Amino acid sequence: MENRKLLYQGSEWNFELLRRVHDAIEEIAIGEMGLNVYRNQIEVITSEQMLDAYTSLGMPLMYSHWSFGKRYSREEMLYRKGAQSLAYELVINSDPCVAYVIEENSMTMQTLVTAHASFGHNHFFKNNYLFRQWTRANRVLDDLAYAKRFIAECEERYGLQAVERTLDAAHALMSQGVSRYAPKHPARAKDIAVKAQSRKSHQEATFNDLWRTLPKPKERHKSDRDDDQDDNDSTLRLPEENLLRFLSLHAPKLKDWQREVLDIVRKTAQYFYPQQQTQLMNEGCATFVHYQIMNRLHETGQVDEAAMLEFLHMHTAVVTQPDFDDRRFRGINPYALGFAMMKDIERICETPEPEDLEWFPEIAGRGNFMQVLRDAWADYRDESFVLQFLSPHLIRKLRLFAVSDVSGSPHLSVEAIHDEAGYREIRRRMAHQYDLSKRDPEIEVTEADLKGNRRLVLTHRVRDGKILSSDDCNRVLRHVANLWGYRVRLIEIDADTGSTLNDYDAVALP
Amino acid sequence: MQVIDRRQNPKAKSLGNRQRFLRRIKSQIRKAVNEAIENRSVADVDSGEKVSVTTSDIGEPTFGFDSSEGDRSYVIPGNHDYQRGDRIRKPSGGGSGSGSGGSPDGDGEDAFVFMLTREEFLDLFFEDLELPNLAKRKLKSITSTKWHRAGYANDGSPQRLNKSQTMRRSLARRIALKRPRLHELDQLEEELEAARAEGKEAEHDEEVTRLVRRIEQLRYRMQAVPFLDPVDLRYNRFEQTPKPTTQAVMFCLMDTSASMTESLKDLAKRFYILLHLFLTRHYRAVELVFIRHTYTAAEVDEETFFHGRETGGTVVSSALEEMLRIVRERYPVQDWNIYAAQASDGHNFDHDMPRTIALLQREILDLCQYYAYIEVGEEESSYTSALWNGYSQLESHPQFARAKVLDPTEIYPVFHKLFASTRHAS
Repeated sequence: MENRKLLYQGSEWNFELLRRVHDAIEEIAIGEMGLNVYRNQIEVITSEQMLDAYTSLGMPLMYSHWSFGKRYSREEMLYRKGAQSLAYELVINSDPCVAYVIEENSMTMQTLVTAHASFGHNHFFKNNYLFRQWTRANRVLDDLAYAKRFIAECEERYGLQAVERTLDAAHALMSQGVSRYAPKHPARAKDIAVKAQSRKSHQEATFNDLWRTLPKPKERHKSDRDDDQDDNDSTLRLPEENLLRFLSLHAPKLKDWQREVLDIVRKTAQYFYPQQQTQLMNEGCATFVHYQIMNRLHETGQVDEAAMLEFLHMHTAVVTQPDFDDRRFRGINPYALGFAMMKDIERICETPEPEDLEWFPEIAGRGNFMQVLRDAWADYRDESFVLQFLSPHLIRKLRLFAVSDVSGSPHLSVEAIHDEAGYREIRRRMAHQYDLSKRDPEIEVTEADLKGNRRLVLTHRVRDGKILSSDDCNRVLRHVANLWGYRVRLIEIDADTGSTLNDYDAVALP
Repeated sequence: MQVIDRRQNPKAKSLGNRQRFLRRIKSQIRKAVNEAIENRSVADVDSGEKVSVTTSDIGEPTFGFDSSEGDRSYVIPGNHDYQRGDRIRKPSGGGSGSGSGGSPDGDGEDAFVFMLTREEFLDLFFEDLELPNLAKRKLKSITSTKWHRAGYANDGSPQRLNKSQTMRRSLARRIALKRPRLHELDQLEEELEAARAEGKEAEHDEEVTRLVRRIEQLRYRMQAVPFLDPVDLRYNRFEQTPKPTTQAVMFCLMDTSASMTESLKDLAKRFYILLHLFLTRHYRAVELVFIRHTYTAAEVDEETFFHGRETGGTVVSSALEEMLRIVRERYPVQDWNIYAAQASDGHNFDHDMPRTIALLQREILDLCQYYAYIEVGEEESSYTSALWNGYSQLESHPQFARAKVLDPTEIYPVFHKLFASTRHAS
């Protein structure tokens, strides 16, 4: 392995070099680091196509919607003015794992992107438990193609406006469109084809309670009524946290195509849910992997000093963490923290200090840090990862401190700093920050009257006095009412005292 | 592993999304166009336009927390000297305090600014307008023809010989057939000369014999492969194509006597701007002619037209005569699409009315694609002006239209009414 000859020199790239570099990286990634990845597919695109892709939720195929056009206009403007550079890479959680590289990039950049996306992210996608439970990598692109075609057909048949209204409403509910618990039956490859086939017929067959109010043969009328009541409780399964799924199943006035549109948006939201929960780890993993690989390539003489300098320049920019009082501060940089934590795990495994032995008895001094990292990448999400692995060493290094902001008080108070007394508190609060279920408002469908006034009631359980912003709430509620077709009410209830804080009401447009 | 080149894929995938977005903010675009009209000269409105849109129109609402309410805690990096229990005064304004400390420049999200391309700007603006009589004139106007180059031909008249193409082919042929070059021959002859000069018995020297034979061969080849052959010849080819009339002239006629105040002229200017924008959509070249009149008429430049001060009586027919004169001199009807827009407060001497009507009816309306009369005024009144009265007998003429404008906000609707695609259909 030592003293190989250079893979490339200078900054020009070509397809042959991309292939050669990929193979060299693969040797290190799989042979030395023990990564386990989907097959790779590298696609070369132009910067314009890159803008296209990442303004459509980062997807290569996406249905049409004005909000993507809006995002495009903004990004393009920033890019043209030079206020913002393009993303270097984009990677799709699919099998094969698709990574995009831009034609303008230098060869070193392409090498970095291949290591980062095609091995770092790819390994994470394939192994992390959330992705294994939630996303079916081999179907992603098919699903997207289906969605795009379906929505285009709907636009043709029912008009742009109608489809846009439904999509607008569905998008407003995207973060309330995920199921937070794993599906009962983890999907297996062989089920997939059958499921795809049966999904549509299942939907058609799904019985909607309201349709039962149609006149029925007289002799069975009464007994049906009784069944009705039972069905109502069992099929609605309230409370329901997934508003999109609830509406697509039970909203009385929706057309079939609208239900399917809601399902498409819901699945997109669900697809991104694991990504949101693992952003820190995912970026950390990819950054750690590219850093390891680039250094190995350099050690073995496969890339030269010039390439290494160019790489280090980019790497440093990516993992910069400005301090809280820095103008550039935009919160915690997931690349920086993720990478720092993973380097820290390496340190704990290889050269622990007494403190580490006390905090991490299981891994300190154990050597073989790659095994520890691989396990962590597979079994944790951001919240639990921080809770488990954020070390005092790193807390000191980043000089982390916790402040709390109590409404009504004119002051912020410093609750914990990087000292003996504060480590655990800081770690706990930091983990909390990454807990998505705490970050999003907790809104559930609590009542749905399918017989009488057909009112839908949503409940927001308010924690720590964090109420909804009323402007947006009213606007989203109007969307909900339009989907539901009747009056919709949202009640904000304090989770601790049970008292009602706010009460919103919206009616459907005729 | 697979590397795929996707650069050839169709570009501008997001074009559809952009159009959907534009449709959504159309009302803002209308506003931007109106502002553009206020600040620019007649011929200089149709560049791209910056449109700023407030987020409430294009915001995508989601359930989110009210940032000013509730308790929060943050873990942030870069502590310098805070200790546990320290209290930090919240920044005024009561926002979220620490956390995402907004940048001092305040780059918020509230105003969304982007550029419309010129095409998008105009498309949206003239969406449902159409040039009156456009189709008719197009058919009529293909009257002249034009020669233009159309590649090369194998034969032609000598003055059309294209020398560089011909030489290029001759050179290629000569190389292919191995025609020796002149300097090769010269060189061999020099060598022969030299060999002979060295004395010896020339005729029997091996070297000399070889050179002589070689020179003979070359001479023969040079004759066999000519320098220029008829197959090399190339001539420029020209084709005749009908030249559609793609030019229009727009006459701006205005009464500039004292009764036309600045604000009335401004109303007229907006109308002319719209008309000019509109015409440039349909014609490659649009020329502007400004004619102002009191009791006499004269062609003037734009500045004088809108800002000059003159007083005197009003004789509308003088302007029409001036227009006729200019058309005759510079804009032959078969080559030009002629439009005229007359703006006035409606005043004219009574004795001039018969002449004005006669000019319009007998001559001007027939050579115009469209003649629009707008009457500008400052307030609604029951008084009917001399021109409005007089022009009512022209109503039935297909090329004629008139409307009243009292306020800048009415310009676009009025213009729309005059030029709407359904107008002449009805």
